[in-house]
Amino acid sequence: MTKPPVIGRTREEMAQRLALDIPDGSYVNLGIGIPELVAKFVPAGRSLIYHTENGMLGMGPAPSPGEGDPELINAGKQRVTALPGTAYFHHADSFAMIRGGHLDLCVLGALQVAQNGDLANWSTGEPDAIPAVGGAMDLVAGVKSIFVITQHCTREGEAKLVQKCTFPLTGCAVVNRIYTDLAVIEVTPNGFRLVELSPGIDFNFVQERTAAPLLRTPERIEAG
Amino acid sequence: MIDKRVASAAEAVSDIFDGATIMIGGFGEAGSPVELIHALIDQGATNLTTISNNTGSGQVGLAALLKAGRVSKVVCSFPRTANSTVFPELYRSGRTKLELVPQGTLAERIRAGGAGVPAFYTPSAVGTPLAEGKECREFGGRKYLLEHGIRADFSLIKGRVADTHGNILYNKTARNFGPLMAMAAKVTIVQVAEVVEPGQLDPESIVTPGIFVDRVVAIANPAHESELVEAGASYP
Repeated sequence: MTKPPVIGRTREEMAQRLALDIPDGSYVNLGIGIPELVAKFVPAGRSLIYHTENGMLGMGPAPSPGEGDPELINAGKQRVTALPGTAYFHHADSFAMIRGGHLDLCVLGALQVAQNGDLANWSTGEPDAIPAVGGAMDLVAGVKSIFVITQHCTREGEAKLVQKCTFPLTGCAVVNRIYTDLAVIEVTPNGFRLVELSPGIDFNFVQERTAAPLLRTPERIEAG
Repeated sequence: MIDKRVASAAEAVSDIFDGATIMIGGFGEAGSPVELIHALIDQGATNLTTISNNTGSGQVGLAALLKAGRVSKVVCSFPRTANSTVFPELYRSGRTKLELVPQGTLAERIRAGGAGVPAFYTPSAVGTPLAEGKECREFGGRKYLLEHGIRADFSLIKGRVADTHGNILYNKTARNFGPLMAMAAKVTIVQVAEVVEPGQLDPESIVTPGIFVDRVVAIANPAHESELVEAGASYP
């Protein structure tokens, strides 16, 4: 069986596109999954400091397999390394950084994003699911900018960008930008606005897969 | 003369009683006081409420305490981890209750409890299912939820090194909840790999001052949860 051809950006290309929009010197928290890929694509010459909410600034990449310290881990509980200039701290300090507005950017995955910026990313609300929220509600409440990176639609083809979330919310009106396989979209007071189409994708293709109106204004928001 | 050392993990947890509320440090395996938890399993106290970030993995440490049926309620932010099967079964069968708390709110509730602050307002979880039943108030045009500080009968935490006064240093991201939980319990029990004499730790580098610590147990080579899980270990 051959895989269907990829339409729009791959996960890595989505991460690469998002990384272009992170200003030099930012303090950044990357969520688990696709958001973690962003660190691989930071443009040369930009230096970011990564925060992991379990208590570290200055997180570096994973160590070689079998190396590292089981007590030096990221929020996904994977082993990481410490770059020069690292600081460790307890959870109250870590979440003071988050809630207190000290972090510049958080990149998260999503189940749904609503046109007003509501985010649902922690629970599908199924009765049998084990509810687990971690730090997501604190991150969206406190970090200056929230970027979502996600496939435009679910595996079943349902839109993830919607008028109103049907899954339980993580936060209200918190998302600033969305990077998908099909487009870069900004959340504005008037709803979703297209910033950029992925190569080979046209506007109607994106609008058909978005369950809310997509504004198409000539005004282009500069990266960063 | 102050000397907070106790001879063994068993002695350190000997007075934990049925129905006690226990804070257990750790984020995943980092900072999980595995030997103290195993001693608590041996000791037999039951109907416990635990306050922790996760619910353990495999069949060791916190997961083993749950599996032994000793915990009636967990207060937790992320009770689901790779290799965690014990808690999901207990939760689905209704044998263990869950109070789900956002991670930062959990940390601040513990800090507040330890600091003598009964309650505080936080922007986290406003407008979500976890806001249900909580007082909501506006400050400066933004909504916040009232959250209450929490305290416990005991805290079980893990450090790297202590002096006999109970001053504690930690290891990397194993610090996580340790300094907060140390403040918030009537009795704080710390396991460390090494105990030194007063004066051997740099006062400028102390993370948890000894006033927050009641008992120090030396566990020279503490087990790591992931290594036990990989080896297929189960406790007891």
